[in-house]
Amino acid sequence: MWQATFTKLGQTLLVLLLVSVASFSFLKLAPGDPVTIMLGSDYSKASYDQLTQELGLDQPVIVQYGHWLANFVRGDWGTSYITNQNIFELAVFQALPVTLTLAAFSLLIALVIGIPTGVMAALYRNSWVDVLATTLAIGGNAFPSFYLGIILIWVFGVGLGWFPTLGFVAPWDDFWQGMWHLALPAITLGAWYVGLIARITRSSLLEVMGQPYILAAKARGEPGWRVVWVHGMRNVLMPLITVIGLQLGGMLRGAVMTEVVFSLPGLGMMITSAVLNREYIVIQAGIMLTGVLFVVLNLMVDQTYQFLDPRLRRRK
Amino acid sequence: MPIAPSLDQPPPLDAAPLLSIQNLSAQFGTGAAVLVGVSLTVAVGQRVALVGESGSGKTITALSILQLLDEVRYTTGAVTFAGMDLLAASKPQLRRIRGREIGMIFQEPMTALNPLKTIGAQISEVIVQHEGLSSTAVHTRVIELLEQVQLSEPTERARAFPHQLSGGQRQRAMIAMALACRPKLLIADEPTTALDVTLQRQIMELLMALQQSWGMALLLITHDLNLVRRYADVVAVMQHGHIVEHGAVADIFAHPQHPYTQQLLAAAPVPELLPVIAADAPTVLAAHELTVEFRQPRPRFPGEKRRWWSSATLPFIALDQLSLQLAAGETLGVIGESGSGKSTLALALLRLIHSRGDIAIEGKAVQGLSEQAFRPFRRHIQIVFQDPFGALSPRMTLGEIIGEGLRVHEPRLLPDDRLEKIQAVMHAVGLTDMSLHRYPHEFSGGQRQRIAIARALILRPRILILDEPTSALDATVQKQILTLLRDLQRTLGLSYLFITHDLRVVQAMAHRVMVLYQGRVVEAGETARVFHAPQHAYTQQLIASI
Repeated sequence: MWQATFTKLGQTLLVLLLVSVASFSFLKLAPGDPVTIMLGSDYSKASYDQLTQELGLDQPVIVQYGHWLANFVRGDWGTSYITNQNIFELAVFQALPVTLTLAAFSLLIALVIGIPTGVMAALYRNSWVDVLATTLAIGGNAFPSFYLGIILIWVFGVGLGWFPTLGFVAPWDDFWQGMWHLALPAITLGAWYVGLIARITRSSLLEVMGQPYILAAKARGEPGWRVVWVHGMRNVLMPLITVIGLQLGGMLRGAVMTEVVFSLPGLGMMITSAVLNREYIVIQAGIMLTGVLFVVLNLMVDQTYQFLDPRLRRRK
Repeated sequence: MPIAPSLDQPPPLDAAPLLSIQNLSAQFGTGAAVLVGVSLTVAVGQRVALVGESGSGKTITALSILQLLDEVRYTTGAVTFAGMDLLAASKPQLRRIRGREIGMIFQEPMTALNPLKTIGAQISEVIVQHEGLSSTAVHTRVIELLEQVQLSEPTERARAFPHQLSGGQRQRAMIAMALACRPKLLIADEPTTALDVTLQRQIMELLMALQQSWGMALLLITHDLNLVRRYADVVAVMQHGHIVEHGAVADIFAHPQHPYTQQLLAAAPVPELLPVIAADAPTVLAAHELTVEFRQPRPRFPGEKRRWWSSATLPFIALDQLSLQLAAGETLGVIGESGSGKSTLALALLRLIHSRGDIAIEGKAVQGLSEQAFRPFRRHIQIVFQDPFGALSPRMTLGEIIGEGLRVHEPRLLPDDRLEKIQAVMHAVGLTDMSLHRYPHEFSGGQRQRIAIARALILRPRILILDEPTSALDATVQKQILTLLRDLQRTLGLSYLFITHDLRVVQAMAHRVMVLYQGRVVEAGETARVFHAPQHAYTQQLIASI
């Protein structure tokens, strides 16, 4: 088991290295000379050379990359030209928790609604329950989330006034305020996943329920709920986690859109405003952080498999 | 449609039958009837066999007893167990019967056990469900049960997951689970079909011993008449949802009345005079010291320290220095249990997996050739696989499947000529007047195997490798396919490498046999000699199990 984990860790580091090369090259390839941007339109040759030297831009590219990577690992990500904020603090302590909270809350909503919906659809296959659940699931998938977000804001925020339409309150500061602010964005982002999870649960459970071990469990006199939830659902978790893992990237992408619609100060918002302001080093930090996040989440999904399926564990 | 004779019960051994099925008819939804007027009784402690081919309704009958088929509608009849009407029983009543009064064993122990739970946990569930003992008491019972089904190291085994056990161990665990609450009736649905012959006997003997010592009744569902002859008191023969014949085993085997029973009894392969091989017949296929090695995960020994950089795999020798020669027109039988290297041999000879050693086809060494240089030889050595369902692409028509080899080996053939060849080979395998535009799923198992044979024969090979060609087929169909293979050999002078685990088939078909055990040839020789005077201990064990 440790060997597999080490191999996986090696792969992960390799991927992160590639991400870092890509985002470093991005900065190098971006139009404009950072020195001239910093100095403004009026500068002397001496001050240009001095700043170039200070920034290390007279070094070979590979050395610059080395410095940059070392700084990145140390948490020295530079300062924003516009807000003069420390980018590391902005990204990791301010934006990242917002995005993670939003994503986690959305996933929770999706699981809590999606799994029972899928189970009901499978158990009452081809009945009205199934038709309704499948329609809702496909509807959730088909509805673009930015549009759903706007509709929710319009109906529940502006029209009925039940929920705030923008802003973020950290749930760890004020739990109910936080939930209240997160409700609409999380539903917006989660709706798509409700559909996905319901459909995967339905089809996987139907397949599992056709397996001989389910028949064998019934033949032993086990009650229906036990057959479904203990024997059935445990075997459904595998395909479900595979799909959730594959869709984590989509979740981060969806979070960007949702944050913009609801003005949440998360990673998506940070990257969007950096793009609009052409603040390359913030974009770069965003790319790196998203890369790390994605890779770490995938690593966690892989470890979950081993935990869930004894067939994947190495023999002791 | 055969006529179901009126089936008054033969007098049961005991006055009140434990299980009684009266005139039961059933259908799927509004579809065709799957059971028609089935009547059957099982007395206390009696051993009743239900035989028939796939689709005859024997499993549906078994599952109907436990009311496990949600989508089946019962139109007439009654199922009574120990005085209770099971068709009218409520769900809680049924749950009390299932697993406690009636235990059931399924055919495939790998798929009938939940892969995510340990054996011990699954057995405990039954006990907790029905008797609600304390956890230590349950654990003691589990270990006791595993001892009773003769599983070695029961405490260890209870902690094992199904994939960590062998097929025989899994079936023993399944039996332990079915017997956990000492049921009065045990339903065993093809309990040994998925097991090797030597294991089959052990498992059946175990079942019989437990059945007798506990005075349990047994309903044995099987397609294997040998099991019936050896282990049952009473037999009922099913065909198309009817019970066509019913009576004491000795009577029915001695005087079968119904034509279908007669046909079933006659379906056992009988040795026939095989074509004589001339002493100077050329060798068409030869292998010398063929060895195949795989890498497999390395088991970890207790106390062993392993560094993360040390190798996680070990070489596994699947085939160990095997040599063989096959003459023109000859059949060489290859027998052995699963995992003995039979199929590995087939794949190595076809160069579909890497092997060391020499292979000669029609006297030419082919082992060193590139795939491109070897391709012309492929037409001389063709294969028919075991599973006619998996071996035919479901997206290709009959014409495309059979004609595909011609596209590769005779690409310049005119469409009319190709069609003519396809029709000729279909005629040869007994598929006359079949539309070439139909897809595999429209054919029965036997027809599909004929298609697979036609596909192999269209290139006029000299050698045909038959990898368990009849194992997936019903007995009567198996007989037809064997007859076809014999006729083809006689008319086309084919050489067969006949791989099977079925000793009767090999006895009926092969000039010579070769016994494989753990990748090695332990015995080889003339078929009659090997069967009458087996030398090696493993061969003796195999032959004793017939």
